[in-house]
Amino acid sequence: MTAPEVGERIVELRVQSRADRLRVVRAVVAEAARSAGASAPCVRDMVIAVDEACQNVIRHAYGGRPDGEIILQISRLDDRLIFDLVDFAAPVDASVIRPRDVTEVRPGGLGTHFINECMDEAVFRPPPAGAGNRLWMTKRIE
Amino acid sequence: MDCEIRDEGGVAIVALTGDVDLETSPRVRGALLDCVGAKRSVLVDMSGVSYIDSSGVASLVEAYQTARKSNTKFGLVQVSEAAMRVLELARLDRVFAIHSTLADGLKDVGG
Repeated sequence: MTAPEVGERIVELRVQSRADRLRVVRAVVAEAARSAGASAPCVRDMVIAVDEACQNVIRHAYGGRPDGEIILQISRLDDRLIFDLVDFAAPVDASVIRPRDVTEVRPGGLGTHFINECMDEAVFRPPPAGAGNRLWMTKRIE
Repeated sequence: MDCEIRDEGGVAIVALTGDVDLETSPRVRGALLDCVGAKRSVLVDMSGVSYIDSSGVASLVEAYQTARKSNTKFGLVQVSEAAMRVLELARLDRVFAIHSTLADGLKDVGG
């Protein structure tokens, strides 16, 4: 596998795996996206996707443990923003993470669907040494 | 996030304001289930919702399904643009009864 593109780093955020940190994550993503020139709908979708991805880390990777670390790096590469999300939880089996059928009306299980709908690309990539999981998301700035 | 409940002609109006997310959605879930559990028709005023995530949407779906089982009415009114985007992503804009005004909602649920 080729190394992920890097681009120009805009911001790096480190937060604990706590639900009350999601507000901070959303604010940082929104500001980074706005500063890169993204439109309001584009900013909104980036915020939704990154929030849901962090939520998956908090709920599933760390299993609700509040003292895990989450690192979000936001970079710009040409006309895209790259959201590189790393955690230090036990590795998850990415092959079993799939969006559910949204025509079924039932609570839960929508996060992965939201991420796929709001981003152009969302893939698990090999994490850096010592980390557990790495989700790589990109979206064109519109 | 604020979650205020008031009564209008026997209908519970649950007004949500702010971000409904992983931190705050348990409070919303509890309030909605209390209302539908009491067999009251419920209208959720979402005009003040600045953000809602999948956990907030799950709370709405659970309350909607509980209301259906108990033959009570459940609807959303004045859904903010931010919340509507998320409901559309979840394809729930075709499932929930969504009213543009509170008066329309009250007319629908018989309040």
